Amino acid sequence: MSVGLEHYLILSGVLFSIGLFGALTKRNAVIVLMCVELMLNAVNISLVAFSRFVVPALLTGQVFAIFVMVVAAAEVAVGLAVILALYRGLTDIDITRIDLMKW
Amino acid sequence: MGTAIAFWILAVIAVSAALAVVLLRNVFRAALSLVACFLMVAGLYLTLSADFLAAVQVLVYVGAISVLIILAVMMTRDVTQGSPSNRMGFPALLVAGLLLMVIVYAVVRTPWQLSAAVPLAPTTGPLALQLFGENGYLLTVEIAGVLMLAAIIGAVVLAREK
Repeated sequence: MSVGLEHYLILSGVLFSIGLFGALTKRNAVIVLMCVELMLNAVNISLVAFSRFVVPALLTGQVFAIFVMVVAAAEVAVGLAVILALYRGLTDIDITRIDLMKW
Repeated sequence: MGTAIAFWILAVIAVSAALAVVLLRNVFRAALSLVACFLMVAGLYLTLSADFLAAVQVLVYVGAISVLIILAVMMTRDVTQGSPSNRMGFPALLVAGLLLMVIVYAVVRTPWQLSAAVPLAPTTGPLALQLFGENGYLLTVEIAGVLMLAAIIGAVVLAREK
C-alpha cells in the first residue's frame, strides 16, 4: 500500500489536534508554548506534502514552510522572553493565575 | 515501498512523542519528547524529498528552539511541579476531536488534483531561485528579516534586568 497525500494530511491533522488539546488544557506556560510549536510543525508537514504531491516542480509549499519556521523562531524567542519576565515579576508561570489583563 | 515503511514508522513515533508532550507530568521529559517529535518530522520531510527543509528542521528546531525551551524549563524549575491541567479538559478534548474529524472528512472527500511529475532531487538550488530569483519571494524574505529583527529587539527588551 503506497503512501499518498491523504496519509500525510491526516497525520498532520492528528498532530495539530494533539497540539491544540495541549494548548487548551495545560496550565504551565512553557508547555503551552511547546504545544503551539507542535501545531506549527503539523502545518509544515501538510504544506510540504502539498508541495510534493500537487506541485512537485515549483516547491511553493516548501517556501511557505520556510517562512512558517521563521515566524516560529521569532514567536519562541518573544514567548520565552515574556515567560521569563512573568516569572521574574510574579514568580509564577501558571497561566490560570496570570490574569492581569483580564477585565 | 521503502518510503511507505519509513512513513509508518516515523508517523507512529511522531504521534506517540506528541501524545507524550501532552500527557507527561514531568516538564523536562515533555521537552525531550518534543525534540523526538521534531526529529521525526525531519524524517518525514526526507520521505517527501524535501532535503533542505529536513536539514533546516534539525538545525532550527532540534538545535535552537529545543535548547531555548529547555533553558526556560530550567530557569522556571522551582515553580513547575509537573504540568497540571486546567478544568477545561473535557471541552478541549471535544473541540480537538471535532476538529480532527472535520479535517479527516475534508481530506478524504476532496478530489485532489495530484501531479505525477518526479520531484526535484536536490531542492537547495531551486529553493534559492524561488526565494531570491526573478518573480520570486524576495520581498517576503526582506519582511521576514525585519520580523526577525523586531523579535530579537523585543526579546532583549522583555528579558532585560531592570
